[in-house]
Amino acid sequence: MVEHTGIRVVHRGGSKINFREPVITSDSRFLLCGSGESVKVYSTSTEECVHDLQGHTDLVTGVVLNPSNHLQAYSCSADGTVRLWDFTDGILIKTFIIRYHIFSIHVSEKHVGVLFVVVPMANEKGSELFQLVAVHLPRSGDPEVEVGELSAVLCDVSPNPGAVSFGTGGEYIAAAKGLQLEVFFFKKQKSYRFSLKSGMNKGINNSFTCISCHPKEDCIATGHADGKIRLWRNFNQKKEYTYSTLHWHHNAVNTLRFTPEGTNLLSGGIESVLVQWRYTQENQKDFLPRLGAAITHIAVSPDGSLFCTSHADNKITIILSSVKVSAIIQGLVKDDCVRTDLMIDPRSKALVLNGKPGHLQFYSLHRDKQLYNLDIVQQEYIHEQGVDQFQVVKAAFDTHGDWLATVEERRQKSSELEINLKLWSYDEQTQSFVLNTTVTAPHEDQITAMCFSPSPETTLLVTTSLDGHFKAWLLADHSDTEESASWSCDFVGGYHLLKPGCCCFSADGSLLAFGFQEVVTVWSPTSWELLTTLSQPPGAVRDLCFGRLSCSKYLLGTSTKNQLCCWNLLTCSLEWNTPMDVSLLQADPFSENMAAFCSQSGSTDLFVFKPSEPRPLFSKKALCTGKVERAIFAPRDQMLESSEEYSQWLNRSQLYFLTQHMDLMTFSTKTEEDRLLASSKQLMVDDSVAITPFYLLLGRHKQQQQEKQELLTNPLAERTPLPQGSIAIKELLDTPAHVLPSASFLCSMFVRSLLVSSSSRSKLEDNVCTP
Amino acid sequence: MASFKPTKIQIYPQLGAKVTQDTLYWKNYKAPVQVKEFGAITNIDFSPLAPHNYAVTASTRIHIYGPFSQEPVKTFTRFKDTAYSGRFRSDGQLLVAGCEDSVVRLFDVSGKVALRMFKGHTKAVHVADFTSDCYHILTCSDDYTCCLWDIPNSTELTKYKEHSDYIRCGATSKLNKDLFVTGSYDHTLKMFDARVQKSVMTMDHNHPVESVLFYPSEGLLVSAGGRYVKVWDLLKRGQPLVSLKNHHKTVTCLCLSGNGQRLLSASLDRHVKVYNTTNYKVVHSFDYTASILSLALAPEDESVVVGMTNGILSIKHRKTSEEKQGPTGQPRRQPVFRVFVKGRNCVPKQDDFLVSKSAKSHLAKYDKQLKRFNVSKALDTALENRKPEITVAVIKELDRRGTLKNALAGRDEQNLSQLVNFLIGNVVDPRFAPVLVTATEMILDIYKAVVGQSSVVDRQLVRLQELVEREIDYQQDLLEVLGMLDTLFASTLPRKEVPCPGNTQL
Repeated sequence: MVEHTGIRVVHRGGSKINFREPVITSDSRFLLCGSGESVKVYSTSTEECVHDLQGHTDLVTGVVLNPSNHLQAYSCSADGTVRLWDFTDGILIKTFIIRYHIFSIHVSEKHVGVLFVVVPMANEKGSELFQLVAVHLPRSGDPEVEVGELSAVLCDVSPNPGAVSFGTGGEYIAAAKGLQLEVFFFKKQKSYRFSLKSGMNKGINNSFTCISCHPKEDCIATGHADGKIRLWRNFNQKKEYTYSTLHWHHNAVNTLRFTPEGTNLLSGGIESVLVQWRYTQENQKDFLPRLGAAITHIAVSPDGSLFCTSHADNKITIILSSVKVSAIIQGLVKDDCVRTDLMIDPRSKALVLNGKPGHLQFYSLHRDKQLYNLDIVQQEYIHEQGVDQFQVVKAAFDTHGDWLATVEERRQKSSELEINLKLWSYDEQTQSFVLNTTVTAPHEDQITAMCFSPSPETTLLVTTSLDGHFKAWLLADHSDTEESASWSCDFVGGYHLLKPGCCCFSADGSLLAFGFQEVVTVWSPTSWELLTTLSQPPGAVRDLCFGRLSCSKYLLGTSTKNQLCCWNLLTCSLEWNTPMDVSLLQADPFSENMAAFCSQSGSTDLFVFKPSEPRPLFSKKALCTGKVERAIFAPRDQMLESSEEYSQWLNRSQLYFLTQHMDLMTFSTKTEEDRLLASSKQLMVDDSVAITPFYLLLGRHKQQQQEKQELLTNPLAERTPLPQGSIAIKELLDTPAHVLPSASFLCSMFVRSLLVSSSSRSKLEDNVCTP
Repeated sequence: MASFKPTKIQIYPQLGAKVTQDTLYWKNYKAPVQVKEFGAITNIDFSPLAPHNYAVTASTRIHIYGPFSQEPVKTFTRFKDTAYSGRFRSDGQLLVAGCEDSVVRLFDVSGKVALRMFKGHTKAVHVADFTSDCYHILTCSDDYTCCLWDIPNSTELTKYKEHSDYIRCGATSKLNKDLFVTGSYDHTLKMFDARVQKSVMTMDHNHPVESVLFYPSEGLLVSAGGRYVKVWDLLKRGQPLVSLKNHHKTVTCLCLSGNGQRLLSASLDRHVKVYNTTNYKVVHSFDYTASILSLALAPEDESVVVGMTNGILSIKHRKTSEEKQGPTGQPRRQPVFRVFVKGRNCVPKQDDFLVSKSAKSHLAKYDKQLKRFNVSKALDTALENRKPEITVAVIKELDRRGTLKNALAGRDEQNLSQLVNFLIGNVVDPRFAPVLVTATEMILDIYKAVVGQSSVVDRQLVRLQELVEREIDYQQDLLEVLGMLDTLFASTLPRKEVPCPGNTQL
C-alpha cells in the first residue's frame, strides 16, 4: 500500500483555553491565553480572536506580561523554550531556549531581566519533584538565544502555577505544597517554612491548593482543599506568625487573587460562584453566582477594572469590577468523553456534540468559535461533587435540520436509570430549536442508537435499546384538535430477544438495518416487515452503514471479531470481507466513500474506500496513538479542485476526528493549505481597531477600496484632494454661522463635494491608459 | 450569568377525549331547561315556519312550545287515547297525529278541533306524516299496514299490506311526492312508490326498526333498530353502507344537524351520540338522566330538544356570543390598567440619566427556597400546594440534588403526618409511584426508630401499609391477566418464514 504524503493530519481548533491563567493587558483591551500550542489574543470588548501567536511546538504552559514593557508578553511551553511576543502586532521577538520541560512562569517588577520558571528537579519528564529556578536572560540581539544560567530559588514546589506568588512587589516569593507554606525573602536570602497539622484523621483535607500575596501589605492568602481561606500575617519570622480563617466554599478553593490595590480578594471553586471578600472586613462578601462551571483561574487586569475567570468548561468570563459579566469567550467544550456522537447541523453546518453538562454545543469549524449552547436538560445545575446529573447521551438531526432528537439519562447509585427522549423542532423566527415533545422513559434500558429516516415523506425516528426492543416514533398530526403536532410511538419491534446495538437507514429511507448482536436484520419502515437477516459470525455487529449513490446496493458492517463485511442487498449475499479491527466506520454523506478507522497495536490507521471494491482509495498508517471513537465528515463551504486520485475524497467534505486525548484533528491537502496561506495574508487588519464582525465586513471592504484607489492614483503625480480639504467644506467651516446661507441650500453642495465626480473619474482612467 | 432555572413540573397526559372543533361546537349550549309532561314523550317535531315552534307528543296530548317559553303556546287534547307522531306540514299550517285508538286526526295549528279524522286502521297508528305535495297523508299502523290518504276528501287512496309486524316508523321523501319508506318490527325497511301497488325496495335491518331518516339528498337512508344504526345507499338498490354500533341499548331516534354534516342518534341507554357523516365516527356525545325516546334539533342547531321515558322534556339552547365570554355577574375588582403601565411608557428626555432596572423574574415559593438551598422549607411549601404534580416534581428535584433525605428528616408529629397523608393519597398513583416509592422508603428508614411514639402517625403508617399491600395484589392480578393475553396473542399470530441468505450462498 502506498503512503500518500500530500495529505497531512493537522490540529484545527477546539483546543483548551482554560489550561493556564489568562492575562489581561495593562490597557484592558486584550486578553492573552495559552491555547494548545499557540497563544491567543482576544479582544476583551468583542470576544473576537485578534491574533494567534504561533511558534511553540508543544503545549503552552504559561503566559505573563513583560514587566519592563507592557506591550510584550512571555510565554513558556513544554517544548523547553520561553518566547517573547509583541502581542499587538502578533510578532515573535525572541526565543529563549532553556531545554527543560517548563511547567509555569512567574515574573516580578523588582527583578528585571529575570524569569522564574518551574522545571522538574531532574531533567526527566516523569519526575515527581519540581523546583523554581531563576533564569537570567542574556542580552543579545539574536532572535534565538540559549540560556545557560539557571539558579535554583526554591526546591520542591508544586507544578501548579497558582501555588507560587510574589509578594509586595517582589520582596518575597511564597510557594505552597501539600501542607507546607514556604516564604523566601530575596533581600535576606532566607526562607521560612510554615506547616499545618494534617486534619486527615478528622476527615478534613486541609492541604494548600492556591496562594496569593497582598500587593501592598505583608499578607498571604492561601486556599485549602477543605474550602477554607487562610490569611497569613507576620510571617517574616519563624515563631510568631498568625493566620485568620475565612470559610465560605464548601469544596476546594481552586484559585485566589488579590486586586492590584489590595482592597479585595477574589476566590473561586467548584461552586462556580465568584466570591469577592473585602480585605480587612472579611464578613462583607459579594457573590457572582451561576457562572456555568467550576472556576479554575482568576486573573485581574493591572488597573483593576476587569476580572476574568477561567472555567472548567473551556470558557473565559470577563467580569467588570462592579461584579457584572461583560463578555464570555467560549472554546469547544470537551468533557473526558463525547457521549453523543459528532454531528453536523444541516442548517448551520456547525459541529454538534455535548458540551456543558446537560447542553448541546454548536461549534463552527470554520471560525473555530462556539455558536451557541442548547439547554437540553433545562434543570438547575448543582455544582457539587457526587451528585448524579442528567447527561445528554444521544442526539440526532433529520436531513433538513428541522428536527433534533436528544436522549438524556441519569443513573443513580441505588435506583433505576432515568431516560428522557426529547424532540426539538427548529423555529424559523427565533432561529433555534424549541422543545416539542418529551417522552419520559422511552425504553426500559439504555438507548444504544438513534437515527431519523432520510426519506422526505415521513418524519420517522428509530431508537434501539438494550432492553431488546427498537421503537419507531412518528410525528402525529392532530389537525382536528387545538394541540400542535407531537411525536408518539408507532411501532415496537425486536428479534429473538437479542439486544440491538446499532441502526442505519438506507440513503432513500426505504430500508432499515439493525444489528442484533451477531445478526443484521433488514426491515421495511413502511410496513414494518422483516425483509431479510444477514449474519457473519462470530462477533457481534458494531457498526452498520449503507452505501450511497452508485453503491447504494451495498450494506457494510463491522463486527467485534475483527471483520469488515460488505453485503450485496440485491442478492442478500456477502460480497467481500476482510479481517480488520475497525473501531469506527463512517460514511461520507456527499459521496460514496467510506472511512474506516482501524486500531492496530496501540495506534490507529485510516482507510478510505468505496464499498463496490475492496481496495482503499487512501490509507494512512499510524494516524495517532490510541483508538479513534468519534469522527465526522463535514461539508466544505468551498469545493476543492484536486485531481489526484488519493486526495479526491477530500474535495467535497472534510474528515474530522477526535483522538483518545480529545484533540480535534482533520486532514488537509496541499491545495487547501495554499489557499489558507493566501487568505491569511488578506486578513491582516489594522490592529488599532478592535476586530469585530462588522469591522471584518466593512473594514476589509474599505481597505480594498483604498488599495484600488491607490492603484488608480499612483500613476498620477499629485493626489486628488481629499474631501476634507475641499473648498466647499473649508468655506462651510470657516465662515461665521450668521453670514452663511440656509442649511438646506448648503446641504446639497456639501453632499456633492463628498462624491467622486464622474468627470474626474474618467480623467483618471484616461491617465491610467495613456502612459 | 444564567438565571435560576425553575423546577420543571412534569405535564402528564390528560386522559379522556381531546378537545376538537366538534366538542367546542356541541358543548356550546346552555344548561338544559326541563319541563315535566304527563307521560313518555314519543315525538318532537319543529315547525318549518319562522318562530320554529315545536310540537311535543306525550300521553294523550300534543303541546306546542315557542322557542323560548317554557309554557306551552297551544295544546291539543282531543285524543281518546295516547297520541303519537304529531307532525307539522311543510307550510306549518296543519298538524297530523296518530292515536292509540287507530284514528288519525288532522288539526289546524291555530284551531282546536280536528279538521279531518281518518278512520280505516284497526290498530294504533304510530306514524302519520304529510307527503311533499302537502295533499296526502301517510300513516303506518300496528295492523301491519300503511295507508295514503287524500286530505281534501279524507279518503283512503292506497293501502299497503306488505309488512308482517308492527310498523313503528316511516318517512316521506321531501323531493318526490310519491316516495316514502317504512320500517317495521319484522326487521325490514320497505320503500314504496305511490304510483305502483307494491314496494319498490326492501332492506333487511336484522332488528326491529325504530326510526328511519332520509339524508337531505335522499340518496342515503339511515335506519335505527336494536343497538345498530345503519346507513343504506338507495341509489345502489339499498346496499348497506355502514353499520354503527355505538349504543348499548336500543336506538330510538335519529336526527340530522342543520347543515346535514352531523347525524345524531338517541337511545334508551340515555346517550345522544353525534356522528360525522363523512367517516361515521362519534365526535361527541350527550348524557341525559333517563332513557330517550325522541330527539329533535331546531333549524341551525339553535336548540337540542330531547324527550325521555319519564316524561321530562329537556331543552338546551345555544349560547349567544355574549354569554360565551363566561359567567356574568359581579365583575372582579381589579386594578385599573393605568396601574400596570405606570411609568412604563415614559420616554427619557435629552439630559436624563437613565438607570436601567433588570426585569425581576418571578419564582414560585418552593423555587425560592430551592434557590437558597433550604431543602426542608422547599418541601414544606410544596406540600402546602394543592396540586400533587408540583409536590412530586419538588420531591424529584430534591432527590436529584441528593438532599431528599435531609428534607424528609427532622420533622415533628404534625409535619410528618402531613407528609404521610400526602403519600397515602398519591403513592399508588401510577404517575407518581416511581418518585414517591423512594421517598416512602426513605421516610420509613428515617423514622423507624420513633414508631410507636405517636398514635396519629402509627395509624397513618398502618393505612399506608394496607394500601401498599392492596396495590401489590392488584399488580399481581394484572400481571396474571397480561400473561394470559400474551399467550392468546401469540397463538393467533401467523408464523412466517423469513428468507435466509444461507441457502442461496453456495
